[in-house]
Amino acid sequence: MTKKPLGGYAPRQHQHQPVALYPPYRTSVKRSPQAAPLSFPTTISEESGPVFGHSLIGPLDADLLHNFGPQDVSAIGPRIVVHGRVQDQFGRPVAGALIEVWQANAGGRYRHAREGYVAPLDPNFGGCGRMITDENGCYEFRTVQPGPYPWPNGPNDWRPAHIHFSIFGHGFAQRLITQMYFEGDPLIPLCPIVRTIHDKAAVDRLIAPLDMSRTLPMDARAYRFDVTLRGRRQTIFENRMEGL
Amino acid sequence: MDTHPESASQTAGPYVHIGCTPNFAGITGVYDVDLGATMITGDASGKRITLIGQVFDGTGTPLRDAMVEAWQADANGLYAGQEGADPHFTGFGRCPCDAEDGTFRFETLRPASVPWPSGGVQAPHITLWIVARGINIGLHTRAYFADAPENESDPVLGRIEHRNRVATLLAHPESDDIYRFNVTLQGPDETIFFDV
Repeated sequence: MTKKPLGGYAPRQHQHQPVALYPPYRTSVKRSPQAAPLSFPTTISEESGPVFGHSLIGPLDADLLHNFGPQDVSAIGPRIVVHGRVQDQFGRPVAGALIEVWQANAGGRYRHAREGYVAPLDPNFGGCGRMITDENGCYEFRTVQPGPYPWPNGPNDWRPAHIHFSIFGHGFAQRLITQMYFEGDPLIPLCPIVRTIHDKAAVDRLIAPLDMSRTLPMDARAYRFDVTLRGRRQTIFENRMEGL
Repeated sequence: MDTHPESASQTAGPYVHIGCTPNFAGITGVYDVDLGATMITGDASGKRITLIGQVFDGTGTPLRDAMVEAWQADANGLYAGQEGADPHFTGFGRCPCDAEDGTFRFETLRPASVPWPSGGVQAPHITLWIVARGINIGLHTRAYFADAPENESDPVLGRIEHRNRVATLLAHPESDDIYRFNVTLQGPDETIFFDV
């Protein structure tokens, strides 16, 4: 048998990832594993993953301005479009990826039972949305720009404005939850959650630039947020059928 | 070979439910049902089981704000999307931990063995992925069945150097069809997590 390179997903690039234990993010202190993780090459258990069809997505799922309240009333706040492309680390578009997003309203208030910030709820804003990337890996949704909010970490910690993203690629090995930040926000470098990532360039890639080319005149500004998932190596080994 | 760096993970935060299980969070009327709420969608073949557990932090306190996702093969060892896979089984479950006691629960099927890339098989297992406030990158582990004879020759269990930690990957039967898989994030009983 000829020796060939391994297939499967390329190993996760930990130099670009957050550390598990970062004491300034206080909740990580007792929620971070101390033992080293166990590695093995990906198998079918990691290379397969759930597939979500477009039939999952309702007509307003990607319109957070209108998917909670009455459809003729918009949520209050700066109107924005967020769009981008999901690709793998080899530059291939990830088509059919399910993206779920959630966020606070324009005042920094989440619609959640455990959240007690004094800023009020917006009766016309729920804060969740979802979409599936097209054949080029592209996605787009409309929302309000979320506000920063204070959180019980240090005595005076404020999260930068951010939108949470959950992404399903083609294999469970690609599963990712991350946060998108906004260009120019002075809270970003102060945030202990951002600082769990020690690679500055990796932080910069989570900061969405203003995208005037996609801004809708007299309607909404646009931000661009591209995401890169782990890549699957093309080589198939001899004793293994493609897809297994 | 790498041309683009992978995007960095960030914690799912305490309000992950808003985006991933909005109905559970009380945000109704946006999605009909929460994604992953039902794994068995019809007359699926195989033994029906319930996998339950809790996720404990380094002080022994259960997490009440974690979200657990499950991915597994069907009763014939096929993953959804593979030819011949059970059409009434999604293989994917998502469960927010109970707001009071932190219990997660999956109504599912007992999976069969699946192939190991270089030959042989992997013992029946359910892949679990755990996110929560304080967890900066999702934690990947596997629940194996303590009563499965296939565990003896499983290639993943076999490469665990610290043999006393193998038990952290075993789901134990509480009855004929209920298995408990507790996860410990940190400390002497720390669950084995995978970088895979």
